[in-house]
Amino acid sequence: MTPSDRDATGLLTRPDHFVQLVSPTGERRADPEYDPWVADIDADALARLYRDMAIVRRLDAEATALQRQGELGLWPPLAGQEAAQIGSARALRDDDFVFSSYREHAVAWCRGVGPAELLTVWRGSAASGWNPFEHAVAVPQIIIGAQALHATGYAMGLTWDGSDAASIAYFGDGATSEGDVNEAFVFASSFDAPVVFFCQNNQWAISEPVGLQSKQHLARRADGFGMPGIRVDGNDVLAVLAATRIALDRARRGKGPTLIEAVTYRMGPHTTADDPKRYRTDDELADWRTRDPLARVLALLAATGTDTDALEHEVAEEAARAAAELRTAVTTIPDPEPMSVFDHVYAEPNTHLARQRDRYARYLAMYDETDAAASGAGGGAR
Amino acid sequence: MTALTLGRAINEGMRRALAGDDRVVLMGEDIGTLGGVFRVTDGLKAEFGPNRVVDTPLSEAGIVGTAVGLAYRGFRPVVEIQFDGFIYPGFDQLVAQVAKLHYRSRGNVRMPLTIRVPFGGGIGAAEHHSESPEAYFAHTAGLRVVACSNPADAYVMVQQAIASDDPVLFFEPKRRYHVKGEVDLDASLADAKPMGLATSVATGDDVTLVTYGALVQTARDAAIAAAEDGISIEVIDLRSLAPIDYESVAESVRRTGRLVVAHEAGEQGGLGGELIAGITERCFDYLEAAPVRVTGHDIPYPPAKLERHHLPDLDRILDGVDRVLGRPNSLSGVEAGAR
Repeated sequence: MTPSDRDATGLLTRPDHFVQLVSPTGERRADPEYDPWVADIDADALARLYRDMAIVRRLDAEATALQRQGELGLWPPLAGQEAAQIGSARALRDDDFVFSSYREHAVAWCRGVGPAELLTVWRGSAASGWNPFEHAVAVPQIIIGAQALHATGYAMGLTWDGSDAASIAYFGDGATSEGDVNEAFVFASSFDAPVVFFCQNNQWAISEPVGLQSKQHLARRADGFGMPGIRVDGNDVLAVLAATRIALDRARRGKGPTLIEAVTYRMGPHTTADDPKRYRTDDELADWRTRDPLARVLALLAATGTDTDALEHEVAEEAARAAAELRTAVTTIPDPEPMSVFDHVYAEPNTHLARQRDRYARYLAMYDETDAAASGAGGGAR
Repeated sequence: MTALTLGRAINEGMRRALAGDDRVVLMGEDIGTLGGVFRVTDGLKAEFGPNRVVDTPLSEAGIVGTAVGLAYRGFRPVVEIQFDGFIYPGFDQLVAQVAKLHYRSRGNVRMPLTIRVPFGGGIGAAEHHSESPEAYFAHTAGLRVVACSNPADAYVMVQQAIASDDPVLFFEPKRRYHVKGEVDLDASLADAKPMGLATSVATGDDVTLVTYGALVQTARDAAIAAAEDGISIEVIDLRSLAPIDYESVAESVRRTGRLVVAHEAGEQGGLGGELIAGITERCFDYLEAAPVRVTGHDIPYPPAKLERHHLPDLDRILDGVDRVLGRPNSLSGVEAGAR
């Protein structure tokens, strides 16, 4: 063990291997360091985590189908990353604040974001689907890594306000090459900001493998910034929950940021516009299928006496109902009014935009009058 | 009234904002213990503490990006970019985040940031220390852009920028930091002229001369010099670059029929072209001559010993005035189509 394997409190962070509490075949691996953090997760609690993962997997599949059917313009599927997103999101308190990228649908769902809110942006109906302050989830971020700085600034503000809440920044392996992410590490470390940097290393940044972003495990980078880095099996919901709880606990105790590298895999395309067959093999996909996040939880539950057939059946029915709600919700999202294109550019009155808005309204009205004249209702009005 | 330098007036404006609203925080490189490389934040860290006046790591993206997060948390950050030419590493956070988050959140998230930028040349500085990047930001929807030119305005406008719920790029003419003027420190903000409005700083009937920042003083000097030749110039300090107060400029141009615009920034894609287009749309029938631009060249900012050949000065502005009046000038004899 090298010194970098331990943080200031002696916490083992294991950046070279990864923390795994449930093996892909469902064996519970004892871990004296991480087990205490999930001691409360009994069979019922584990079944609830399974339920979360099964429902978001079903919602994700439904959204992908809705895109294929033309109801959504685009969808970035989360398939394969259920444990990473559910395990981390279920570690959060209501007053913690999430700054996510564009793929954290499961995190948003855990925070109470509704089906129509989830789909609004992807249908192209509005610039955002929910009020960030209602769910403590920021506007999802498409500029890669930019949100890491926002989470850090928010966390600095928490400290100045004397709060023991924390923020969490979700980003991918590709984002770790961005300046913003590295600058966020510097600021968070220097100011002991209570932020968790949650990197879902899903192996691929569109077509670029993680090896192009880093020659070493991403969690190891934490050491250079003076914070602990935890490398965790991102397909193990229990290990992710434990790691995130550890990082949040550090944040709440004023110990500053933690980088978590959740090693997972994007089973689907980058988005519905992507064709992963062009850059990765069927063998690789088949290999990761054996490390499925849901299957291992079912296997563990079965081994410890839960009637998993009943559980699977019950959860599948619930997931089907949620998917049906999602399908109904998409049709309830209103189409935007043309003049709303000018809304919310500024918080205060703006003379230039007011003039432009007025002119466009006149332009649209000209066609209304033409239509009215054509129908005989407003002839000669001009 | 108190005689203050422009830099000190901004300092006093920020002091008042810090005292009046405990969500106002100052962030930047060297702004705390040192008081800023121009001493504009001098004494504020000692008075308000390190959590209100924050020395940050050397990362413009980091400063602006964390300010975005602080705005999410309900703070009102005032960011100092140390020099104009250092703003580009923060460009993405400014243009893609700060400018757009109010729109992207459908009005739920406000970005009441003030980004203070010492700008312009004339101080014999090293490269990247004398630039005029204001047009990039005036082009960006969601931002407001203002430039102050004198201590009294600077004192009020910095407070107005901080109080604004929209993000404001606040350009400070660094070569005028040491120029003194009378400032009413007790002036009520409620009664002050809004920062979005231009100000006529010298009245005249023959030519409307519009500029902002450091060149306002140069333009006033030019008006005094022109008066000796019997030319009456109205000088307008534009103050707000986005949005532009076209009404105030148009009112003047309808009287004078002639417009000259001066700025240190290059001509291509600059504010001068935008202003002239807007005024031409509004005042075409009143114009007696084609409007004239007097600007920096479209070159990277030159070495210190060449900057006097780049920056518009009194004589180049007067040459522009001669052009718009059809008096003998540097382009006399050049065919109209080639001017």
